[in-house]
Amino acid sequence: MHRALCWLLAAFLALTAPAIVIGDAFAADLPPLVRALGVGGYADTEKALAKLAETGDPAAVPVIEALQAGDLHVRKADGAVVVAKRSGNGYALTDPLTGAALGEADRNAVEKIKINNALRRSISAALGALTLMSPNAGVRWQAAEAVFKSRDANALEALDAALAKETDEGVKRAMTQARASVLLASGGSDEDRIAAIEVLKARGDQDALALLNGALNASANGSEAVKAAAQKAVSAVEQRLALWGAAQNLWYGLSLGSVLLLAAIGLAVTFGVMGVINMAHGEMVMIGAYATFLVQEAFRTWAPGLFDFSILVALPVAFLASGAVGVAIERSVIRWLYGRPLETLLATWGLSLALQQAVRSLFGPTNREVGAPSWMSGAFELGGLTITYGRLWIVVFAFLVFAALLVALRKTWFGLSIRAVTQNRNMASAMGIRTARVDALTFGLGSGIAGLAGVALSQIDNVSPNLGQGYIIDSFMVVVFGGVGNLWGTLVGALALGSVNKFLEPYAGAVLGKILVLIFIILFIQRRPRGLFALKGRAVEA
Amino acid sequence: MLTRFILMGLDKKAGVLLAILAALAVAVPVMALATPPDSVWHLSTHTVALMGKYLCFALLALALDLVWGYVGILSLGHAAFFALGGYAMGMYLMRQIGPRGVYGNPILPDFMVFLNWKELPWYWHGFDQFWFAAVMVVLVPGLLAFAFGWFAFRSRVTGVYLSIITQALTFALLLAFFRNDMGFGGNNGLTDFKEILGYDIQAPATRVGLFVATVIALAIGYVLASGVVASKLGKVLVAVRDAESRVRFLGYETERYKLFAWTLSACMAGVAGALYVPQVGIINPSEFSPASSIEAVIWVAVGGRGTLAGAVLGAVLVNFGKSYFTAALPELWLFALGGLFVLVTLFLPKGILGLAAQLRQRLPSRGAVAAKPAGQKGV
Repeated sequence: MHRALCWLLAAFLALTAPAIVIGDAFAADLPPLVRALGVGGYADTEKALAKLAETGDPAAVPVIEALQAGDLHVRKADGAVVVAKRSGNGYALTDPLTGAALGEADRNAVEKIKINNALRRSISAALGALTLMSPNAGVRWQAAEAVFKSRDANALEALDAALAKETDEGVKRAMTQARASVLLASGGSDEDRIAAIEVLKARGDQDALALLNGALNASANGSEAVKAAAQKAVSAVEQRLALWGAAQNLWYGLSLGSVLLLAAIGLAVTFGVMGVINMAHGEMVMIGAYATFLVQEAFRTWAPGLFDFSILVALPVAFLASGAVGVAIERSVIRWLYGRPLETLLATWGLSLALQQAVRSLFGPTNREVGAPSWMSGAFELGGLTITYGRLWIVVFAFLVFAALLVALRKTWFGLSIRAVTQNRNMASAMGIRTARVDALTFGLGSGIAGLAGVALSQIDNVSPNLGQGYIIDSFMVVVFGGVGNLWGTLVGALALGSVNKFLEPYAGAVLGKILVLIFIILFIQRRPRGLFALKGRAVEA
Repeated sequence: MLTRFILMGLDKKAGVLLAILAALAVAVPVMALATPPDSVWHLSTHTVALMGKYLCFALLALALDLVWGYVGILSLGHAAFFALGGYAMGMYLMRQIGPRGVYGNPILPDFMVFLNWKELPWYWHGFDQFWFAAVMVVLVPGLLAFAFGWFAFRSRVTGVYLSIITQALTFALLLAFFRNDMGFGGNNGLTDFKEILGYDIQAPATRVGLFVATVIALAIGYVLASGVVASKLGKVLVAVRDAESRVRFLGYETERYKLFAWTLSACMAGVAGALYVPQVGIINPSEFSPASSIEAVIWVAVGGRGTLAGAVLGAVLVNFGKSYFTAALPELWLFALGGLFVLVTLFLPKGILGLAAQLRQRLPSRGAVAAKPAGQKGV
């Protein structure tokens, strides 16, 4: 529905814009031709129309459309051709070429330019010729699409003429398809119909499927060959659409998977690497989202022109805010509870309740408005896929964060210290690594990454004190499913769970799909208690 | 033999608790029914229901303490068993409404008429009988726990992993019960109850009856749990908690012991839920939420893990605090609860009941405590 409206609007703009812009440049030779429309009988009008169409000037299009609608009148006083529309008792007059208002006129002061059936056909042909022959490829393409939708048999002649002259590949294809659609609707020889069916099969979208289904129904009494061709085309198009549907699901799965990855990757550090069950992880995400909100507020107040950059500024701010809270939590609570995972779970749950209430007291319980920068809004089409920029950026961002974390753990001194402390605390300490500091910074890193996730999630979720709660169970599922202590496991786990969820949704519904995924994880843990990619060797029992 | 089993678990602590419960069972009916409403000694129906609610939570906490305190299984999904028992009782109460519902359908509960269902789903049959519902209250949570534990313990899922999948279990049930097509009233749950066993559910005498039933259930639950804990079986359970592999190497099939305690605990939680529903008058899917399971854990932690009596004490104290705070200072309740989680885990690892012992132990040998290795692992 929306798309149809957009097309109409686009077509309208494309048709009118050149008329307004270049109308004046051609006005010199057009007015006499327009004036000729109002002289003499049907035959004279037809001749004038043909001359008007011959100019190939898009500015003539509104004039001919007015003629078709029956709005074109001759002003008796001076013989000028005007567009007259009912207004009260009289007519409101406008110039057909420029659209300028020419005042009001009495009913008897103007005379309608009458049209008959022969003239109507000429008008359709002329309109088709004018738009299909337009120098602008976009206008030609839209005209062809319009014919495709209307299936107007009158446009066939103009279409054939335009097709002969067409050089642009895309427009040519659209015109061929429009021609096929007209032929299929108007009925022709079997060969024509079969050729048309082939053309539509190649187009292969929802519109083509509708046309082909119509042709299939219409050919029930017709020849076997046409019926068979239509049947084959319908199944081919359906298959193609199903394939694109699967691709769309895959994209949704990737998109959901990247959200899960973002939410879980910080947990993969705190839980996976450090073994700390951080139930307040969701609140770190929430703090990141609120940091985004605050940064955006600052931009709105002081630099509204730079709003598009607010997200980029929010990234480090959110990382530092959540990271600082994380370090504070580690120093004040968690460091007393190392080696007691169940107690850590309870204490951090308590912290999460307190953090939620603190944010609720500070910002209120309602959702906060976080805007999207212009480069994150909108969508584009890729084959049969519709991809929104917001989702695309979140997928890209999730993978960037993952890669950055991987590099940080593998290639930096800090990452080396983290791994050393994880593997053998006493030995690391003996080598001069300040283990307490590494613990605090590692927890801060995990929390900071959660904050980054908050920036991304603020774009697709409601920024409210409960934001984090929705992700905590999912994040734990991802980390446990992927295998604790293994970043790659988290990546695979997030993408796998995201895709499974989205592929189940069409069959089972969103809620049941989620329940099935949870049951699947519960059963999976029975088979592999340590996840998809379990650490092997002594590290397991430590 | 049964008397021996029962008496074995009773120590001084148990005597005090059972005496308090007996006193409540006598005093509350007298104060609620035999005193004039303007007397200082009078208890309103509301207060009786509130106390009944606390004692239901106490029974849930007791069930949780049995598995967490004595077997070391930290369940973050015990509210699921509680809610399942509650739903079984709620289904009985729904069927008792009969033609007095808004739509006046003698068989179908209102929400089914509203959803345009034509007949009762198969799993609703039998719930018009109290005995059937009473069996289901124990059987449904028990069977779920048995199946869940059967798989989990045999695959040796332990510790944090077990906690997380119990949380996944209750979360899955939460989502499932929110669905209207499940036939449990969806979002709104089951409510508008009229009578239980033929008595008006709103009448003060019925409320007192339900309260006394709760006291008796809690007493039985306590005796049962302390009997189990004090028996030889209980010794094995504690050994499993402290060093499961070692117990397994000694030739015990630890899965069986764990499965027994786990299933028993789920049945107790189911009974608690069944007593809870008629007293609060509603059961809805939010009872399944992971947060309520974790809240139950903190009751046990506050009272003292592995003490049974502590679980009862903790449940009553925390819920009393919750009632007070949410009425007087609603903004502060979550801070208080959150703070409680942190403070108890940091400073009161053995809870209130363990506090005395903690202090006694600490005073003469301060140096010994400080010398404890910092990296020691434990659960």
